[in-house]
Amino acid sequence: MENTIHITLIDREGKEHILEAPTDMNMNVMELCKSYELPVEGTCGGMAMCATCQVYVLSDHQLPEKTEDEEAMLDQAFFVQPNSRLGCQIKLTNDLDGLKLQLANSVD
Amino acid sequence: MIETDIIIIGAGPCGLFTVFEAGLLKLRCHLIDALPQVGGQLTEIYPKKPIYDIPGFPEVLAGDLIHNLMEQAAPFKPGFTLGERCESFQVDEDGKFIVTTNKGTLHKAPVIAIAGGLGCFEPRKPPIANIADFEDKGIEYIVRDPNIYKDKRVVISGGGDSALDWAHYLANGVAKEVTLIHRSKSFRGHPDSVQKAMDMATAGKIKLFTDAEVVGVNGTDRLSTLTIKHLTEGESTMETDHWLPLFGLSPKLGPLANWGLNIDKNSIEVNTFDYSTNIPGIYAIGDINTYPGKLKLILCGFHEATLMVQSAFKRIYPDKNYVLKYTTVNGVTGF
Repeated sequence: MENTIHITLIDREGKEHILEAPTDMNMNVMELCKSYELPVEGTCGGMAMCATCQVYVLSDHQLPEKTEDEEAMLDQAFFVQPNSRLGCQIKLTNDLDGLKLQLANSVD
Repeated sequence: MIETDIIIIGAGPCGLFTVFEAGLLKLRCHLIDALPQVGGQLTEIYPKKPIYDIPGFPEVLAGDLIHNLMEQAAPFKPGFTLGERCESFQVDEDGKFIVTTNKGTLHKAPVIAIAGGLGCFEPRKPPIANIADFEDKGIEYIVRDPNIYKDKRVVISGGGDSALDWAHYLANGVAKEVTLIHRSKSFRGHPDSVQKAMDMATAGKIKLFTDAEVVGVNGTDRLSTLTIKHLTEGESTMETDHWLPLFGLSPKLGPLANWGLNIDKNSIEVNTFDYSTNIPGIYAIGDINTYPGKLKLILCGFHEATLMVQSAFKRIYPDKNYVLKYTTVNGVTGF
């Protein structure tokens, strides 16, 4: 289907989910997870201010650079790894087909 | 004792608009908020961000929206208790609620409207299993009284302004020894704060560990040592009297979680007929409530506030009839 990609997401119990993601809805990974009712809080609504949508990037896709806001939030968050990103800052685009992510633990 | 018709918990957009809608029905309101200023998230987190989905405003800055809501509520002379967190409530002999804050301020009203948004902002606690054992026994998430660190060994974690500023302050003749531990190499505080702290590290007044993280806390009655994990060199142990993990704030439902309200995933369940909770006389509106089809939008919160005050009116004046009046026809008559 045009403007649809598939993302693999491993939840906190290690279970793999294949998520069908539209790329023409201006959505991000946090919103996609919420739409599948996966355990992602997204407390701040996507402003890079809570880290409840932290994910580890497992595939070698080229993601957009982190903004200053995202860097600052990851600096304050827990369970951060070198491949950590905030799901709300990863916009769903066609070149992310096959992206593999894992939900980070969350204390919030 | 502060007495009013509606105690509004949370002075964000939804709470402020409640004052206006209640005022049209001649009901008085008093707002309580844990933050020291009104506006909730809008002033605390994103005052300079534009909002595009307030009906009639193609674009409005969050801070300006709060300013406008304050102006709109002003004729109805709301009361404010700011910088205090609601802890508990009880019901007095005439059926009215008495709400007590963490500073002991008492508020009395026949109706409570919870417009608490995301909840109260509380310190983010590091995920260390036994950390609670040492809270206020060597581990403090907020510096309340800098004097307790006099001549003590203090370890501070975090890379933002509060970590940098306290490291700088305590290293200036207060603490005996200050260590600053940060997970990466770069600090994200205000450039001036970063520079000051770095200068003191160079001068040997602050011990600096970057690419390091506290992963364990140990002691008998009080905190005595920390386990520090270094990115490359493995783990080490450090003796200390205090540890200040300063990782910013995150919103929590807080004491409201223990009020006996029906809670679903950190939100308060309400009946969409009038946004009443399971406790008669207590309502919940805005981002803090949940119901089938809930959308966390300011405009939905405004709608909820408007319907809620109608029900509050009937509860306060069960024998009075009320007919909806239009502001265009009648204008706005304040108190």
